[in-house]
Amino acid sequence: MTEGRRREGGRHAASLARPYAWTAGRTRPTVDLAVEALVETTAEGRTAPFSPTNPLAVVTQFCLHQRSVAEVGAHLGVPLGVARVLIGDLLIAGQVSIRDTLTADASWDERNDLLERVLSGLRAL
Amino acid sequence: MDYVRSDSASNGIVPKNGAPKGRITSAKIVVAGGFGAGKTTFVGAVSEIDPLRTEALMTSAAVGVDRTEAVPGKFATTVAMDFGRLTLAEDLVLYVFGTPGQHRFWFMWDDLVCGAVAAIVLVDTRRLADSFASIDFFESRGLPFLIAINQFQDTRQHGPEQVREALKIPAAVEVVTCDARSPESTKQTLIAAAEHALAEHHAPRSRKA
Repeated sequence: MTEGRRREGGRHAASLARPYAWTAGRTRPTVDLAVEALVETTAEGRTAPFSPTNPLAVVTQFCLHQRSVAEVGAHLGVPLGVARVLIGDLLIAGQVSIRDTLTADASWDERNDLLERVLSGLRAL
Repeated sequence: MDYVRSDSASNGIVPKNGAPKGRITSAKIVVAGGFGAGKTTFVGAVSEIDPLRTEALMTSAAVGVDRTEAVPGKFATTVAMDFGRLTLAEDLVLYVFGTPGQHRFWFMWDDLVCGAVAAIVLVDTRRLADSFASIDFFESRGLPFLIAINQFQDTRQHGPEQVREALKIPAAVEVVTCDARSPESTKQTLIAAAEHALAEHHAPRSRKA
């Protein structure tokens, strides 16, 4: 195999490995985050002294307006698991806040209320 | 930096730092179906933004087993999931996720289905059997779903009753037709799915997820 081809193979492997390098190899977030959960950068996150190349800086910049966990993953071009680890770190550091979503143990009323809001919102579109 | 670690952290189920419960500001509806059933088209038609794509990592060796050392392995692959967004109110955003229906992608589904308000199984009548896996999954999780027959322009138009019979769908599950390319038709399908979920929620025999 030529040097060039080897590098080609290496680059492919790195494209998968690199996002997990951002998370120091961690694939499990420290908090449970729904894919649709909205993430918003806090005042603390806005002033955090991240290096501009730090992926956490990219997340805090992107989430100046509320964005879902899935949108963060799509924006960074990383698997959902990586986005969750990064957001989990920012959450624990108080640099982002996460809005509530419907959980598996939601009450009858919570689910009912959300369904009604979704339905009336869709009908009003 | 300190990380919250507990027994439950290993399965990813940790409440959000004990944060006080606030108003729910986002919701999701899942659109499943076989390959080529039109999920991506559906998501694109209904979304207010260009549909986005996110990926989940899957390793052929250990689907659903999350091992760090397996991640950069040569068998690692990513599964794409398209999604769109609909702003329903100042304080409510709906995400619509299109997800592959085959059994081997079920590892993604548990993640997606948890907290979903409703689900849609998009059916291509030329490949009816492709929708069995999606139907089985939603039934097993007790998530209310409806069947939406995607009416392709050049295909023979199968009626809902024919499809219901072919797929042996119980009478309680609604079967509708839609055009996955049409913003209006896809919106009506979401409305039907939400109405169905709400009716199921109020049914006395309400199933638990």
